[in-house]
Amino acid sequence: MPEIRVESVSHSFGDGSTRRQVLRDVSVRLAEPRIGIIGANGSGKSTFVRLLNGLVQPDSGTVTIDGRDTVRDGPEVRRRVGFCFTDPDAQIVMPTVAEDIAFGLRRRGLSRAERDERTRRALTAYGLEGHADHPAHLLSGGQKQLLALASVLVTEPDLLVLDEPTTLLDLRNAAMVRRLVDDLPQQVVLVTHHLDLLDGFDRVLVFDDGRIANDGKPTEAVAAYRELAMR
Amino acid sequence: MLKSRDLALIAIFTGIIAALGLIPAFAPFGSAVPITAQSMGIMLAGAILGSKRGALSVLLFLALVAVGLPLLSGGRGGLGVFAGPSVGYLIGFPIAAFLVGLLTERIGRPYKLTLGVMANILGGIIALNAIGIVGMALVLDVSLVKATTIAAAFIPGDLAKAVVTAFVAAGVHAAYPGLIPARAERSAAAAERIAA
Amino acid sequence: MSAPVPLYLPGSSVIHRVGAGPKLLVLLATGIALTIWRSPWQVALALTLVLLGYAVACLPLRVLLRQVRSLAWIALPLFAVQWIFASWQAGVGVVGSFVSLVLLAGLVTLTTRTTAMVDVVVRMAGWLRRFGVDPERVGLMLALGIRSVHVVIGLAEEVREAQYARGLRASPRAFAVPLIVRSLRHADRLGEALAARGVDD
Repeated sequence: MPEIRVESVSHSFGDGSTRRQVLRDVSVRLAEPRIGIIGANGSGKSTFVRLLNGLVQPDSGTVTIDGRDTVRDGPEVRRRVGFCFTDPDAQIVMPTVAEDIAFGLRRRGLSRAERDERTRRALTAYGLEGHADHPAHLLSGGQKQLLALASVLVTEPDLLVLDEPTTLLDLRNAAMVRRLVDDLPQQVVLVTHHLDLLDGFDRVLVFDDGRIANDGKPTEAVAAYRELAMR
Repeated sequence: MLKSRDLALIAIFTGIIAALGLIPAFAPFGSAVPITAQSMGIMLAGAILGSKRGALSVLLFLALVAVGLPLLSGGRGGLGVFAGPSVGYLIGFPIAAFLVGLLTERIGRPYKLTLGVMANILGGIIALNAIGIVGMALVLDVSLVKATTIAAAFIPGDLAKAVVTAFVAAGVHAAYPGLIPARAERSAAAAERIAA
Repeated sequence: MSAPVPLYLPGSSVIHRVGAGPKLLVLLATGIALTIWRSPWQVALALTLVLLGYAVACLPLRVLLRQVRSLAWIALPLFAVQWIFASWQAGVGVVGSFVSLVLLAGLVTLTTRTTAMVDVVVRMAGWLRRFGVDPERVGLMLALGIRSVHVVIGLAEEVREAQYARGLRASPRAFAVPLIVRSLRHADRLGEALAARGVDD
């Protein structure tokens, strides 16, 4: 598993009177296969995971993935870290299903034959083989999120970050995404409000007001989160 | 170099221009003659995204029309429209968006309604019609005077759209700040240029 | 509201199989030729060839008629003006060449896939490289544009439903402001996804 190292990171958005600190001197090392992240809206968890592929660059402190700095070696880090967002519509960038899966492969110097082969395998693996040439906007919500995942996983990242991937899905589709994530060989960092998704996870971080308020096994962390929420 | 966010804004605004043309926005003469809001989309591109991104999103819109998407109001599309009498207007669209954007950036944030209307009229009506009328005269083989008379019929509608565009731009800039530079930032940047 | 389906009509004719590049070249050449030669018989020849093209491509007659109908409102008054102020020959020349060209452009669009046209545009954009424009980027923008049209139309339907639900009458401003603000927020998420997929690297 890759080792994620976050060293005394602080970050804020906006300036002047609208300035808001979202991360306060956060340090943590993560090397477990399954890591969950929970916390209230605005607690800093989305910003935290955006540090992991350099989408957010820390105001101070450093973030490294297997020794690679997310600011200095940004392109290399983004090749190794796949990111799946909440809204599938905003992360499908190509008009048709097969084109979107092939998109991430184009910039990796693969031959056309190799790209086509990998795309075909991904279509089959995620149950989209009947939809290869379909326009992405005609897919259902669940299929769109599957496509978003397929497009990220086809590039074979070492680490997959998921930011609330099931928030817009119904129960059945959420369960499908859960099964898919369970079967992945990669390291996974999952942000979620669906606490039952975290069963069997190795480690769960609870964010509160820009700090890690609890860090432990799922049951313990979820209990701490509930306590924070009731306060 | 355009960053990801610029690319996304340009592409999404192309979608907005298309959507405004597909939806009959208001029908002052009854439902038989709906005036679509598409030409408003051209002014809006400049008034909301600014000069460069606005012009590029209009250019992208025209490219999609050229490769065959029927996105012009009334469901027209394909290369045929570039052989028609309105070709001058199509060529003028990105230029108009650029000018409206340039003037809007001069206004800066917070957006000013009256100045916005003036920017829309200068770029979106006067400059656009100047190019459009020349195109019409060339394609139809009529005099500039005759082409101007034909174009004049659309001016009252265009003026209304210039005003509506300014109101829409004011609403959007209030709800989504940061697309055009604030006046203070701009004068600071100018001061730096002078110092350098 | 009609869905923006591409105007392409699938088929297996010779014209369908000719590459998009050659078809665009023919269109360009015809445009130049018709500005030089526009006597009545020359224009009649051009129009006959274009109509022959529609027959060879096996396009349904109603597709042709729809185009002719949409051209009539401009072609007929134009012909009248030319006849009154110049001669009927001039009228046939101007109107005939204009109609031939628009119908030929329509033929190219109807028989060529959108993706093939996009590829031609990307190849043509190769010469922009010396001005610092990346042709791959041009292709990406065209694809993103096509996708965004569908996304924004989806958002537009949501805005409309929300307005009907609250009983608001649709004024252009009350419609456009929420549509644009929602679309811009969507663009933020799209930009983030593009950056995550390495577009800026």
